[in-house]
Amino acid sequence: MGNLEKLKKAFSESLEIEPETITDELSYSSGNWDSIAHLALIASIETEFDIMLASDDVIDMSSFQKAKEILGKYDIKF
Amino acid sequence: MTSNFSLEGKVAFITGSTRGMGWATARTLTRFGATVILNGINSQDLLEQRKEELKKEFNVECDGFLFDVGDMDAAQNCYNQIFKKHKKLDILVNNAGTLDDNLVGMIRKEDIRHTFSTNVNGVIYNLQFAARLMSRNKSGSIINISSLVGRVGNEGQVVYGGSKAAVIGITLSAARELASKNIRVNAIAPGFINTDFVKPLPPAIFQQRLNSVKMGRIGEPEEVANAVLFLASDLSSYITGQVLGVDGGMIM
Repeated sequence: MGNLEKLKKAFSESLEIEPETITDELSYSSGNWDSIAHLALIASIETEFDIMLASDDVIDMSSFQKAKEILGKYDIKF
Repeated sequence: MTSNFSLEGKVAFITGSTRGMGWATARTLTRFGATVILNGINSQDLLEQRKEELKKEFNVECDGFLFDVGDMDAAQNCYNQIFKKHKKLDILVNNAGTLDDNLVGMIRKEDIRHTFSTNVNGVIYNLQFAARLMSRNKSGSIINISSLVGRVGNEGQVVYGGSKAAVIGITLSAARELASKNIRVNAIAPGFINTDFVKPLPPAIFQQRLNSVKMGRIGEPEEVANAVLFLASDLSSYITGQVLGVDGGMIM
């Protein structure tokens, strides 16, 4: 599974949405993405990519696009 | 659910674990099977010595991290290391604490900053990082070491008492927030315990404190460690948001 698919899987499972509905514009506070889901999303991303995100990155991860940018800092390319 | 105190297969991080109650807790949790990770602040030599002592007594290898719990970046680095090696954390004991006694009117800004940095900020930082690791497995136990002073107060301990009352507030809120992730958060409020904190007490004050203990003796660090063991183990699997006094019936 490629990195994009892995990230979509993490978003899909933690926010309980269909993978095909995930776009770069998907952002915090939209749909199911509330503060509770955010922490589940972070745990899911960390598990999927076997990393531990810095606290600032957890807070800054406010959209799907932003998630890709942040993961770039952890040598995860899209 | 297991029916004993076994911590086999569990990973435990104990802050401030090179001396006193933290060290007693490290020995106790190791004795019951946990893989313990130590933390100290001042001396790498003491940290190495403690690792050697655990190895000698229990035939285990353990890690240790020298950092100030009030330093968030250092804490993050520690949890990154824990994650890399163990991939999980089951138990956090927020034990590291500091004490700057001063009467009202004699309290310096630095006393407040230093005490709250360790006793309050440190607890929140570690709790936050630990909860993130624990939430992946939907399981964990966090034990925060407060103090009897945080519940009933004591003369000359406005700063310390404030910080330890904060630990109780942190515990109660975190317990509510993390319960749905099956992460339990409890506090222990030790009374008069035989640690480095009591060594500087003048004999008259020591006796006065002792007189306030209904059981008539000072508590030993191992007795606090036993309470930690209970809260860390599955025997307390339905207990969260509680403050357990370990004080021999002390009234201040």
